[in-house]
Amino acid sequence: MATIDQFAEEAVLKTQAKRKQVYQNGDRFWNSLNAGLLILMAIVMLLPFIWLVSSSLKSQNQIFSYPPQWIPDPIQWENYSKALSIKPFGLYLVNTLKIVVLNVVAVVFSSSFCAYGFARIRFWGRDFWFGIVMATLFLPYAILIVPQFIIFTRLGWVDTILPLTVPLFFGGGAFNIFLLRQFFRSIPEELADAARIDGCGEFGIYWRIMLPLAKPALITVAIFTFLNAWNDLLGPIIYLRSPANFTVAVGLASFRSTLDVSWDLQLAATTSVIVPIIILFFFTQRYFIKGIVMTGLKG
Amino acid sequence: MTTPSNLIASDLRSAPMKKKRLTLQQRRNITGYIFILPFILGFLFWFLIPALVAAYLTFQKWNLISPPQYIGLDNIARLFSDPLLLQSLKATFLYTFLSVPLGLAVSFFLATLINRQFPGIAIFRTIFYLPSIVPAIANALIWAWMFNTEFGLINVIIRAFGGAKVPWLQSTSWAIPAFVVLSLWSAGGAMIIFLAGLQGIPDIYYEAAEIDGAGRWAKFRNVTLPLMSPIIFFNLVLGFINTFQVFTVPYLITNGTGGPENSTLFLVMYIYRTGFRSQNMGYAAALSWVLFIILTIMSYVIFRYLGSRVYYENPGE
Repeated sequence: MATIDQFAEEAVLKTQAKRKQVYQNGDRFWNSLNAGLLILMAIVMLLPFIWLVSSSLKSQNQIFSYPPQWIPDPIQWENYSKALSIKPFGLYLVNTLKIVVLNVVAVVFSSSFCAYGFARIRFWGRDFWFGIVMATLFLPYAILIVPQFIIFTRLGWVDTILPLTVPLFFGGGAFNIFLLRQFFRSIPEELADAARIDGCGEFGIYWRIMLPLAKPALITVAIFTFLNAWNDLLGPIIYLRSPANFTVAVGLASFRSTLDVSWDLQLAATTSVIVPIIILFFFTQRYFIKGIVMTGLKG
Repeated sequence: MTTPSNLIASDLRSAPMKKKRLTLQQRRNITGYIFILPFILGFLFWFLIPALVAAYLTFQKWNLISPPQYIGLDNIARLFSDPLLLQSLKATFLYTFLSVPLGLAVSFFLATLINRQFPGIAIFRTIFYLPSIVPAIANALIWAWMFNTEFGLINVIIRAFGGAKVPWLQSTSWAIPAFVVLSLWSAGGAMIIFLAGLQGIPDIYYEAAEIDGAGRWAKFRNVTLPLMSPIIFFNLVLGFINTFQVFTVPYLITNGTGGPENSTLFLVMYIYRTGFRSQNMGYAAALSWVLFIILTIMSYVIFRYLGSRVYYENPGE
């Protein structure tokens, strides 16, 4: 038996090697086409960023010259200090971080808690409620803007960060529940059974076994939440009224509506807002993409 | 999803408990509902009650300050004779029908480009995804500048090739195409989901197809496309729903006006303007129902006519 298996295995390996060789020789054209397209598309995707940074370092005169120079001469570094002193961006940053941290904590714990229930406990009505989760994923958020605003006004929460943070403690968003549920379902049940035999209850299993194992998926969810909170404009613009509560995004938006702020300063401020999240993304992108690929998003 | 081993283990645990009053299933029900309680409460507070409030407001005239005033079906009647609603529907449909198919094609194309292994591929994945993490306000500022008629990069390139300047954001016929181009820049979000799907296709299918003599196109047509159809469908539905509710970037670029001449007054922008600028909460709620009804009908059509053509490997999963 063993010899037959070995023989079969060898044959498979041989065919695979052969296939690879054929693939490598015959597809040189396709590989170079792919590489060419990759580089072309990368340039297209990067051009707006390069144009942004280049413009943000130009003086007023240079910015309005044709044909444009790609490398500004002289480089106007002071655009940045000027742009960031027009509005109290330090204060805006603190306000934003408060919201971001609360959102990440809320989503990580709340959505994983609900996701565990949906993934691992067989209770009456589970499919119905999971159907509701999926329905809220597809529900147009726009129809809720006005009534939610009215509810938060009645609660006296307008001009505080409560409307932007409290709702996330309740479930943490349908997409995150869905993502984590898929992940929890892929963890072998035997691990939970072992814990049960040791006298661990469902809450213990969730807290001591599932959460640590789900770290990669939780990181994905945390980064998604961070980006959403950092980038959100509609929420803060509706609920934050006094300038002392503004977030970075609202501060930048108020640049756009103030007509006397010139293009060079607007673009310098824009670059300053983008750079932190690009850095964050570069350090976390492998978790990010892996997390999505791993949980296997399927319709 | 409970496996038999799970049942046995749970039974073993409950066996020694003598004074048990609840059956295993009852205890499971209680634990289950404790776990999903946050979601249920959130659903009630932030979805169900707001939806009821929206239904109530539809029959009121209310400017947020004086008490709401019952006006019967006036808001609904107004929907049928509102030229701005018609204009906003036209703009929204045009934008959606251009942006969604193009976005799917571009993101799928990008996903196939990066679905291979070689050193440095991570850099390309990051570059393609990067525009999707840019804040909407930064996106708006970048593209308002890119589409600037005199000094924007797009027109600089067009002129370098001998073309004439296009008045992108100043023209009623070019503003929507400009927003479509802008939306394609962020195709990376859907691309990542496509990539996840492509990586989930086992190699053996391609090997089997090769043995049958399939070429590149045949493999794509008969292996990749059917196996990817659930994910294409997922991206289509989500893309459609999100695109139809486009708001932030056009709102910022046009300073909330939906200009030029309301040509980019998308439906959600119109709702926002009615509710928060004209302070007419009742009519804004009525407009929200228009959005809801259109999206429900369109989703039904998509599920009915395209959903049945999706190939599922494990039906019933």
